[in-house]
Amino acid sequence: MRVQVQEHAFDPGSELGGFHAGRTDAGALVSFSGIVRSDDQAPIALLEIEHYPGMTEKAIRGIATEAVERWQLMDCLVIHRFGRLKPGDHIMMVATLAKHRAEAFEAAEFLMDYLKSRAPFWKREHSASGKLWVASRDKDEATMERWVRQEAGEADCG
Amino acid sequence: MKQVNVKYFAWVRERIGKSSERVETNAETVRQLVVELGEREPRYELAFSDLASLRVAVNHVLADFDSRLENGAEIAFFPPMTGG
Repeated sequence: MRVQVQEHAFDPGSELGGFHAGRTDAGALVSFSGIVRSDDQAPIALLEIEHYPGMTEKAIRGIATEAVERWQLMDCLVIHRFGRLKPGDHIMMVATLAKHRAEAFEAAEFLMDYLKSRAPFWKREHSASGKLWVASRDKDEATMERWVRQEAGEADCG
Repeated sequence: MKQVNVKYFAWVRERIGKSSERVETNAETVRQLVVELGEREPRYELAFSDLASLRVAVNHVLADFDSRLENGAEIAFFPPMTGG
């Protein structure tokens, strides 16, 4: 398991290169990378990401450990940047390695949902009209709740 | 009297005008601390005016406003997170 919270850029291709090296028991590798998006109608000059040093890495490490246990992952990678990014830059990536694809996909989605609404990052867009904190979407927090409910449901059945 | 380390992030930090401070308080819970700070100065009151739009972490773990306040704790206030 590898968790990196960093200011400098990364290359998802080379990060994935050695991800499953030396393993022959894994049948599925899922990866997702988020990219800074600009809008042609309202272009942004840069995206500033603030985070909570001291909490961020600990929180992500905790959730990655949970993902590994819950989906029996063979490995998992999370990289998230902070600082000033330009449109087209990679903001973050997750990768999961599992025996089968269902577990790898589901665990990657779980990690993505978590990073969206529970990891202490805050985005601010800089554009011609000034600086604006990006508002959270209710949908993102609600999406995370489905994982909690699912877990509670499983406990009820047990 | 207990002492807690309080941190602010994103627009909460901007409204209050600082990123962290040591606070002496008699508050038993995070919610009481919010009320105490709000009574100090209008900028705190403004930053804390809508608790539904705020999140809190106690000792680096997401918590709720009824969490107990322990001496030496690190309490952080911030808007809903927007990572990913």
